[in-house]
Amino acid sequence: MDLELMISSFPKLLSAAVITLKLLSVSLIIGLFIGLLFAILRLNKNVLINKFAYGYSYVFRGTPLLVQIFIIYFGLGQIEYLRTTFLWVVLKEPYWCAIIAFSLNTGAYTSEILRSAFQTIKPGIIEAGKSLGISSKIVFYKIQIPIAIRQSLPAYGNEIILMMKGTSLASTVTLMDLTGVAKYIISTTFKPIEVFIVAGGIYLFMTFIIHNVIKFLEKKYSFN
Amino acid sequence: MELLAFGDTGWGDELFYATLMTIAVSITAMIIGFSFAAIFTPLKLSNNKLLNFVANSYTTVIRGVPELLVIYLFFFGGTGAVMYVASIFGYNEYIEINAFITGAFAIGIISGAYSTEVFRGAVQSIDKGQFEAAKVLGLSKLTQFFKIILPQVLRLAIPNLSNVWQITLKDTSLISVTGLVEIMRQSYIAAGSTRDPLFFYSFAAVLYLLLTYFSMKLINRLEIKYSKGY
Repeated sequence: MDLELMISSFPKLLSAAVITLKLLSVSLIIGLFIGLLFAILRLNKNVLINKFAYGYSYVFRGTPLLVQIFIIYFGLGQIEYLRTTFLWVVLKEPYWCAIIAFSLNTGAYTSEILRSAFQTIKPGIIEAGKSLGISSKIVFYKIQIPIAIRQSLPAYGNEIILMMKGTSLASTVTLMDLTGVAKYIISTTFKPIEVFIVAGGIYLFMTFIIHNVIKFLEKKYSFN
Repeated sequence: MELLAFGDTGWGDELFYATLMTIAVSITAMIIGFSFAAIFTPLKLSNNKLLNFVANSYTTVIRGVPELLVIYLFFFGGTGAVMYVASIFGYNEYIEINAFITGAFAIGIISGAYSTEVFRGAVQSIDKGQFEAAKVLGLSKLTQFFKIILPQVLRLAIPNLSNVWQITLKDTSLISVTGLVEIMRQSYIAAGSTRDPLFFYSFAAVLYLLLTYFSMKLINRLEIKYSKGY
């Protein structure tokens, strides 16, 4: 055990963890909107729209995140036309490519979580709202969405933790996130165990915090 | 389509073998995972606090740390660890560990943590009366386990194990960082030499989709087979 290395690498890894958290929070916010949009599309009665939303979530859940990042970072740059549009400003940055891939990925999982939450809402609750003369828009925003959020909290908590682990793939497109810096230190010092303990410890600490925040929210939004 | 031709002119045969490699690594990792689950599930369910703690640390750490970090640990640390063990037995030559073994082991340990949780949940959801009835009938502990508990655990666990399989299959793409030539690595090589990353990575995505699609079909059949009578 090289304690000195563990202590000296801690601040470097901690500052890299900030990038991990940045990637995570930005992708989660964008992913939540994408997820909500596609969950609503999934509940649409139009078969075409329905199939489209299903296809999106099927493709993004059925392929590895690594492939998705590589297609966006290495693949899209190949299209000459894209290079002339304003999109190129975004797509040439590995940071934004990672964000796009993570958002689309977590969006697909979130849409499934929200869809099943919407579907488990008892029709009686919606009917009760309607019979009180509340417009269907308000029923949706004031009744269905809050219930769906509460229903989906445990599953969404898991998704946040999975996504946090997913951000480690940003290191494959040259971003120096927590895993990227850890790999760099390992490959220069050849002390994998020490670095793993420190970096893994930081990840576990973040998992612990997320887990408890979700638990707190679950309690807050439960019926009792 | 020329790019996918079999033989020297295209990448068809290379990608085909790479797909077989992905399947082989996934299955090996899944089996290693089951062996880990076979050890850690009883520890999780035991009444001994220390054994509980050991099993809980395993599942918590592995499920809370990115797969890539675990793979780096094995990739950079595996050789050192094996050489250390070998040196205890007096063997001091350099030992090179095969990328397949390192990869399958790393993914297997990850997969094992998820399988352990699945099996624990399945055992816990078996009605207590089943255990008691088996005891009352005077069945030995072994018969109890193999004839009463295990068949029920399998039935309950299959739907969740299919999720573990999907996760394991997708995680194997990460082994490409160690240089094992599976789908991802082969696509990377092909994309580099043809300068057509969009095509090859999209094709890799299609291969993964096909793998997940057909394995789901297969698992659904198993599910029907094991839920006979329910």
